[in-house]
Amino acid sequence: MNSVYLILLLPLSGALLLAMIRSPVVAGWLNIGISVATFLASVNMALIVLRDGPFLTDNSMFYIDAFNVYLIVLTSFVGITTAIFSRPYMRYVLSEGWVNPKRMRLYHSMYQIFLVTMLLALTTNNLGILWVAIEGATLATVLLVSLYRTPESVEAAWKYFVLCGVGIAQALFGTVLVYFAADHVLHMPEAGLQWTVLYSVASQLDPTVMSIAFVFLLVGYGTKVGLVPLHNWLPDAHSEGPTPMSAVLSGLLLNVALYAVVRCKMLVDPALADPGWGTPQLAGYLMMAFGLLSFVVAGLFLYRQQDIKRMFSYSSIEHMGLMTFAFGIGGPLATFGALLHMTVHSLTKSAIFIAVGHATHIAGTQFIDKIRGLIKTQPAVGWGLLIGTATIAGFPPFGVFMSEFLMLTATMQSWPWLTPVLLSGLAIAFAGLFRNIHPMVYGAVPEGQQPVQANMLPVALHLLIVLWLGISIPSFLANWFDQATLLITGSHFL
Amino acid sequence: MNIVDFSLHEQAILLFAALILFTSFALLAQQRMLASIHVFAWQGALVAGATVLVAIVSKQNHLYFSAALTFGLKAVFLPWMLHRLVNQLGIQHHVETVVRPALVLLGAAALVVFSYYVALPIEKLSLLSTRNTIAVSMAVVLIGMLMMVARRQAVSQVLGFMSMENGLFFAAVVSTHGMPMVVELGIAFDVLVAAVLFGIFFLQIRDSIESLDVDRLNRLSETDQAEQTRE
Repeated sequence: MNSVYLILLLPLSGALLLAMIRSPVVAGWLNIGISVATFLASVNMALIVLRDGPFLTDNSMFYIDAFNVYLIVLTSFVGITTAIFSRPYMRYVLSEGWVNPKRMRLYHSMYQIFLVTMLLALTTNNLGILWVAIEGATLATVLLVSLYRTPESVEAAWKYFVLCGVGIAQALFGTVLVYFAADHVLHMPEAGLQWTVLYSVASQLDPTVMSIAFVFLLVGYGTKVGLVPLHNWLPDAHSEGPTPMSAVLSGLLLNVALYAVVRCKMLVDPALADPGWGTPQLAGYLMMAFGLLSFVVAGLFLYRQQDIKRMFSYSSIEHMGLMTFAFGIGGPLATFGALLHMTVHSLTKSAIFIAVGHATHIAGTQFIDKIRGLIKTQPAVGWGLLIGTATIAGFPPFGVFMSEFLMLTATMQSWPWLTPVLLSGLAIAFAGLFRNIHPMVYGAVPEGQQPVQANMLPVALHLLIVLWLGISIPSFLANWFDQATLLITGSHFL
Repeated sequence: MNIVDFSLHEQAILLFAALILFTSFALLAQQRMLASIHVFAWQGALVAGATVLVAIVSKQNHLYFSAALTFGLKAVFLPWMLHRLVNQLGIQHHVETVVRPALVLLGAAALVVFSYYVALPIEKLSLLSTRNTIAVSMAVVLIGMLMMVARRQAVSQVLGFMSMENGLFFAAVVSTHGMPMVVELGIAFDVLVAAVLFGIFFLQIRDSIESLDVDRLNRLSETDQAEQTRE
């Protein structure tokens, strides 16, 4: 059987199996097992790609190239580590009586369905299926956001559902317009949404239609990326849902939505290069504007947060804004930096959310003012949170520093007058995070605060990989990034 | 181009487009719960009817299937489900007050003008018989969005959401003779799941705030006042 089908069928059958298992203990272990199997399948596929290069399945349904192969491995890897964290964490949630065993079944099943939709969105070769998968991801996670059934969580879930639903509808309209433009060039209805076919004829597509389509696609998928001013759902959904969900939403969903935007940009850029069209960079300019706005606004919002998970979700918006900005600049340097940043941000942010999950468990609250003295109560959690925050703030020698440095250099080369904005944005975000993190990690220990059973292995693993990527990128990964850069910008970086 | 230059089929499709746009306006202004659900059902039926017409003109057989799917989902199943939910929640005679109805309707009219403005360059390109319809479908999508902003009742917001879907489907049918089958099935599946989830949410929202007025969902926001109430 083809390796791609295995990646999709394993979590899908796992989801059906988990929906039937009544025991939360068994389901927790099984959830890890299925995620490990999916990861192994994706590594197997990555090895095939490494050996034979990009491939398209026989029925043209799935296409794997350098741009999505590393995201697939990353997605299934974060899938495992979050499942490892989720097993004890969800048992704690169950023992607190926030959920009942029936909702635990829903949780485990939807966790795998979410992974299926993410992997489907990454592997598919069809822009329509890409839309269906990303909408499916919303549907899979929306009930998990309201899992605790508190008024706040129901409100967050409703907001998430409605805003993302409206946003993603715009993306479908954009997809229809792309299909419409392709219809005039191709005259073969079944192939009109296949990305590989569209990419080969992209320069012939009508620039007017493609520019309108891109506006709709950017607004639509941008809602899911969390770009300001369509970001309102993100902090709510992250803060009110169970913490493992926050980790995968920040680490995976936002990446996949950005992946969709970039795939669309790859089709729009050649179409707009048409000599009769005034602004060939239109797609890039739009992404730069939205990205920079998100980056600055989210950085400022870090200051008024009182909830630790809300704070880190604003940090996610900020980083997604930075990546969107870098992809918008275009050019090999910025694109390479953004691709690297997608990887390191995803690993770091999910590690942080796992540490935050343990921290809120220790303190019994998500309010920043009430979380104190983590490093004395439980050094592993305190250090994990501190190092994670230092990493995401861009301290050397971690990978985030590396990718931010590349993106900054690219900005200096092509848009020097925007460099101060980026630098001050990074400084603002750094201060915004540390003024809250410092008292939480060091501060005086509240009376009666006890260590909890915490598995810091996922956090350590993620941060070690990020450290490794900051010091030296393995050659096969650098090669993939370089090939993806070639695909996106048309020239090599290395 | 003069309307009489079009063939009869094209004129009929234009008529459908106009009626769909009309139902969009009706949906926006209708304050009675049951009546809005009925208007929505009519819109679904009209979209299905337009699909059948396009199928006849373009001789694309798979469009008959799409039309049947749309009719079953949008004109029968969804209205039936909403009807049942509304009865279950005991709000079938609920009358929602629309804030500034005249302004909202004028805004919708402005959106139609805007859609024609955006769609003008596309129309020049189109070789298909149904040109105006792209502008109309874009207007239906935007009016659906306006409805979600202007209405404060969860059921009306869902109707706005679903009428956006109608506009999108109509755009796909009239501009490109429908999307590939696998995509269309995927979208229909998503809409179906979304509808079921909306149903679950009505119950969850009612349980948490004892009403379906989403204005009262205001605990989460970035304002200081809301943060104080959470303490």
